[in-house]
Amino acid sequence: MSGHESTYVPKTGVEKWLDTRLPIVRFGADYMSLPTPKNLNYWYTFGAILTVCLMIQIITGIFLAMNYVPTTAGAFASVERIMRDVNGGWLLRYVHANGASMFFIAVYVHMLRGLYYGSYKAPREMIWILGCVIFFLMIATAFLGYVLPWGQMSYWGAEVITNLVGAIPLIGEPILIWLRGGPAIDNATLNRFFSLHYLLPFVIFGVVVLHLWALHTSGQNNPVGILIPKDREKKDMIPFHPYYTVKDGFALLLFMTMFAVFVFFMPNALGHADNYIPANPLQTPAHIVPEWYMLPFYAILRAVPDKFGGVLAMFGAIGVLFVLPWLDTSKVRSMRYRPTMRIFYIAFVINGLILGWCGGQLPDAPVIGNFSTFNLIDGDLNSFLWLTRFATLYYFAFFFVLLPFVGLKETPLRIPLSISEPVLRGPDAMSGAVPAQAEKKG
Amino acid sequence: MTISIRKVLGVAVAATALAVSAAPASAAGGSKEPRKAGFSFEGPFGTFDQAQLQRGYKVYREVCSACHSMELMSFRTLGEKGGPFYDPKAASPADNRFVRALAAEATINDIDTEIGEPMTRPGTPADKFPSPYPNRIAAAAANGGAAPPDLSVMAKARHDGANYIYSLLSGYVDPPAGLTVNPGQYYNPYMAGDMTPFWTGDHDAVPKGGFIAMPPVLNPDQVTFDDGTAATVDQMAKDVAAFIAWSSEPKATERKQAGMGVLAFLAIFTGLTYASYRKIWKNVGH
Repeated sequence: MSGHESTYVPKTGVEKWLDTRLPIVRFGADYMSLPTPKNLNYWYTFGAILTVCLMIQIITGIFLAMNYVPTTAGAFASVERIMRDVNGGWLLRYVHANGASMFFIAVYVHMLRGLYYGSYKAPREMIWILGCVIFFLMIATAFLGYVLPWGQMSYWGAEVITNLVGAIPLIGEPILIWLRGGPAIDNATLNRFFSLHYLLPFVIFGVVVLHLWALHTSGQNNPVGILIPKDREKKDMIPFHPYYTVKDGFALLLFMTMFAVFVFFMPNALGHADNYIPANPLQTPAHIVPEWYMLPFYAILRAVPDKFGGVLAMFGAIGVLFVLPWLDTSKVRSMRYRPTMRIFYIAFVINGLILGWCGGQLPDAPVIGNFSTFNLIDGDLNSFLWLTRFATLYYFAFFFVLLPFVGLKETPLRIPLSISEPVLRGPDAMSGAVPAQAEKKG
Repeated sequence: MTISIRKVLGVAVAATALAVSAAPASAAGGSKEPRKAGFSFEGPFGTFDQAQLQRGYKVYREVCSACHSMELMSFRTLGEKGGPFYDPKAASPADNRFVRALAAEATINDIDTEIGEPMTRPGTPADKFPSPYPNRIAAAAANGGAAPPDLSVMAKARHDGANYIYSLLSGYVDPPAGLTVNPGQYYNPYMAGDMTPFWTGDHDAVPKGGFIAMPPVLNPDQVTFDDGTAATVDQMAKDVAAFIAWSSEPKATERKQAGMGVLAFLAIFTGLTYASYRKIWKNVGH
């Protein structure tokens, strides 16, 4: 699976026997000795953190499923029974519920790291695309899981999201009925959502294996963003173990500390109080809001006046990530050496936060103060509707305008030839007039 | 280069903070922020006051339970560690003499195992709290069309739950002049709602709050507390709010105490791992 030469030598008789039949020990040994760039900073630890997040979700989920009742009459009470009467049940459920949020915090950091350091560029397109598949599956899994406690937000969230499918012209309505298992969200819906919620994490696991396979084939990117020349591998690369096992482990423990603060001291802070009200199809909550990690996409959905247009925009916002490797025209991977693009990148991150903020607000509410300015087409300019639209515009402009054009126009900084040696690639690299910037460890 | 990374880090921290604080906007008009009751169980070290929980249970039993169910609560839970009737001498919550006595006060509908006919019997610790109405429709029919909500997890089902329950129960005021209150409804400034359609006064001064179908049920000295505490409306509201906060999550104290151990473990383990990291990376020039 890994691209480097195997250095494993079977020692015991059993290992030798096994190595010629199923080289699984060799596989593990090669995995651990994989040459890895020595300059990976803490932003690169989130891959390991995400692996642990997935394992935590799967393990807690298996035990929760042993006690969960997927019926409209029993779901809510069974979740509370887990909280009260199942041994350690409160811990399982709070870890699982908050684990979803932690998973998304980590995945957003991981994706933004990939975006910053150009980890999606050749030869790593497949790693990035598989990552996008994982992200999409995560959103689906999280949505399905949020429906299971069968609270008010579960029910009405399912109502809003499945209704989106109904917005597709002609075929929308039949697909909607097929998806829900009937004309309305009911027991059949809950049953299939439970089944799929149990299935998808294992699909994610499979794609994670492919993601790692691709990673080990094309090699790790690094903050400098250069491909490490063969002759410099000795100086620039270190084996994954023990160097990155210990660094990832340290970062993981810091992450787990944050995780524990949520689980043990503010377990409901990231959820919505309405989800502790049993689902009631006859009573619409005052505000239907998704979980925080969906808010940016929810905002994009609402930014478009037409319902189907909104659906297209929302799925487009995720879909555009898949073609990102071909939208960015720059030859330089890391934004360390792209000062212009770096500013747009920071603006993109802030813009994402603004979208998230907008997603949790009422569209008509004023953004600043409590006054109205002038009406623009269908809403006041000083409203979340228009802020959302501007932010949505920037989101798509980043991918379709800035990445293609800035890459062609900008003058990147000179790039070191290797990680450990300050030799620059560029017109005046050989003159030695300008000393290279020393690389600081992350 | 360091600067840009710091910027990104700052942004990421802000991202988390923003995402967390991205609470949905309140409805037009909105409701008053709950008053702080200063509960003993707040904060990471807070625990429930057993005497307060017992008083709160009494208020629930004698006042609330006339209309509100608590379907998720079993009598035995009352005798769990940290619960209102926990007795360290009892072998288990089911053996707890207080719990047995309280359960026996309740009448439980059951099926006679000999003849299969409906029957009633005294409650046991294993029984759930009996509901005041046979079903939701009956509950709604007896209460002007709106079934009184189940109180089992009420403190988790409202923002700032315990303070909200306390404020709502003790916060009934006469409707301000200019507010039209429909028959069978009561004005409460802590209730969620929008008073704009019912308000004939100044448009910029719509009163906060909403209508609630529950009348102000707590009156001074409505219950007699066994520990001699004066049963003021404020006291009863506070005590029953504490009881509901406990019943909403009977394992909350256990959770917080476990959390302290987990954080202590993580602190030590993280420190050791950092030391290992420094040692292993000592000779790597980077």
